[in-house]
Amino acid sequence: MDSSSQTQTNFESLIKQVHAIGEEIIAPQAKDVDEKARFPKEGMEAIKSLKLMSAYVPASHGGMGLDIKQVSKICQVLGLYCGSTAMIYAMHKIQVACIVHHCMTSQFFQSYVKELVAEQRLIASATTEIGVGGDLLSSFCAVEANDGEFQLTKKAPVISYAEDADDLMLTARKDPEAAKSDQVGVLINKSQYSVEPISDWDTLGFRGTCSSGFVVTATASVEQISPTPFSQVLSQTMHPYSHIVWASLWSGIASSAVSKARQFVKNAVRKNPNIPPISSIRLGEVDTVLSTMRNNIKANIDEYMQLLEDGDEDAFTNFGFTIRTNNLKINSSQMLVDIVGKAMLICGISSYRNNSELSLCRHLRDAYGAALMVNNDRIMMHNSSLVLMHKD
Amino acid sequence: MNLDKIREILTTHGRLTTPVDSLQDDSDLYQAGLTSLATVGLMLALEDEFDVEFPDSVLSRKTFGSIEAIADTIEDLLE
Repeated sequence: MDSSSQTQTNFESLIKQVHAIGEEIIAPQAKDVDEKARFPKEGMEAIKSLKLMSAYVPASHGGMGLDIKQVSKICQVLGLYCGSTAMIYAMHKIQVACIVHHCMTSQFFQSYVKELVAEQRLIASATTEIGVGGDLLSSFCAVEANDGEFQLTKKAPVISYAEDADDLMLTARKDPEAAKSDQVGVLINKSQYSVEPISDWDTLGFRGTCSSGFVVTATASVEQISPTPFSQVLSQTMHPYSHIVWASLWSGIASSAVSKARQFVKNAVRKNPNIPPISSIRLGEVDTVLSTMRNNIKANIDEYMQLLEDGDEDAFTNFGFTIRTNNLKINSSQMLVDIVGKAMLICGISSYRNNSELSLCRHLRDAYGAALMVNNDRIMMHNSSLVLMHKD
Repeated sequence: MNLDKIREILTTHGRLTTPVDSLQDDSDLYQAGLTSLATVGLMLALEDEFDVEFPDSVLSRKTFGSIEAIADTIEDLLE
């Protein structure tokens, strides 16, 4: 067996293990996590036991060395079992990718990655800030450095799983005189910051992500500042990577809904084999939407992987690529709602019950969050400028 | 020559938060407040002024990153 097929076999066996923890640990806790809007501790522990927190860390740094296509597959599988758990994993992976792609020239980040691999640490992030109107490329807060240390206070409207993370990646202006858009990322350890809640997280869906608002106050060393300007991290990694892993986990939620619909139609066929149930045509219909959703993700992954391979930094800010990445987010989030809605029509009232085996209530509630996390309308507004210029 | 015209267009269409007069030719226009929406107006005005069309291959953040970068692109397109 050559090394690439060996790697493929290893990955397939890893995916089987992800399914196993999904069925045995993540799915059984999902209802409780959702009801109590609590952190999915058991699921995240299981994910750590498979060393998945460092899946995207290159093998040369002790990680699994998976590529984004494989990470996306893991997100999709997790999404089958619990949207919140999958979302937490995806958000963590975005931060890992930012570090791996942009921070490895720094001694501090190199040793941090070793700790990440050994301890399977969980990274949260605080990119938005109260008052910037959701613009990730603007910060009010600034790094105030003095004698090799810096202080920072940030009012963040949401920080997912802030209280359960081991580390926090924050964006801030690089110094108190810097322009709003002249930002850096800083990675701070739990022992170096305190969080004071300013809002709670009692939401319709994605309840287990515990995305409350906080004021973060930190004191840390200047070596914990990312060596790459944040605008570059955003265009080359955070923006494309986020939309790929989010869309992937949403496709997991969508697949789970379609599986329930399939189960319903199968039961109907078993009961009455001679007359095809009317819902069977709907099953075919919903599958076409799911198929488009998956193909969109695949096309975007292929393009992004090609850009990573080419290594042309300017190509990541090409308007065409930005538009297509934004389109992936807009399309996938809309398709998710569409797919879950169609699956509910197939399963009927049993999908509307909270306590039935075919319940799709959590799926639907989670689905409506997808368009709002980085609001689709804001993305569409941005795209509407870009498409005026881009002629493709 | 082009630089002056570009500064003029930038003053009218750039909607910058920093006055164009105080910018160097290589100053970062995004840090000076250039947004994606303003980039549209800027590009259309540049196309009209210089009678060129920006092809997709140059449509990236970098192209509008500074007065110098815009001038370089215009120069290439005029050749």
